[in-house]
Amino acid sequence: MSIRLQEASFDPGGETNAFIAEGGSAGAAVTFTGLVRSAPDDPIKTLTLECYEDLAQSQIAQMVAEAIVRFELLKVSVIHRHGTLQPGEPIVQVMTLAPHREAAFKGAEFLMDYLKTDAPFWKKEATPAGQRWVEATAEDDSARARWSDRDGDQ
Amino acid sequence: MKILYFAWLRERLNMSEEEVSPPPEVTTVRDLVQWLRSRSEAADLAMQKPELVRAAVDARIVDHSAPLAGARIVALFPPMTGG
Repeated sequence: MSIRLQEASFDPGGETNAFIAEGGSAGAAVTFTGLVRSAPDDPIKTLTLECYEDLAQSQIAQMVAEAIVRFELLKVSVIHRHGTLQPGEPIVQVMTLAPHREAAFKGAEFLMDYLKTDAPFWKKEATPAGQRWVEATAEDDSARARWSDRDGDQ
Repeated sequence: MKILYFAWLRERLNMSEEEVSPPPEVTTVRDLVQWLRSRSEAADLAMQKPELVRAAVDARIVDHSAPLAGARIVALFPPMTGG
């Protein structure tokens, strides 16, 4: 597994290609990239992510280890940025490698759901009207909760 | 013991960390939050909804009933918004 916490931007395509190149003949690779959103009816100027790095490292390592066992993944990479980002920039990239697509998709989705609620990052948006902390949502909690069911297929 | 604060807790308290020596009767995270609230009006206001205060002891996430024995670093923070 590879876990990188960084302020610097990264190239999602380059990361994906490197991940696949190291994947040998596994069969299925899934990449999810989370981007800084700014919608016309809710524009933001910047997104700042605060991070508790010591805890983030151990929390993400724990969730990746669980995903590897649970979905029989062959390889996982998580890149998560912190600091101040512009709309359209990549925030997070999760990549999974597995023999078949179902495990690769599910593993990536599981990891994203856990990152939302269990990785110690806090997002603050700068909008034309001022700054605001992004609140944790019930949707994020229920997305994570569905994996508590042992099958994990909702 | 060192306390770390993150996100809006850090902002409302106007500090990212502080060194504290709680009295011996403060044995759990819940006791610590109550004790911190009793020391300052800013802390009392910032932590008035204890369910919005999450905790980690020595870089491990714990709930409010967790013991503080031997803890060196306690982090207090709002619900996480990663991903």
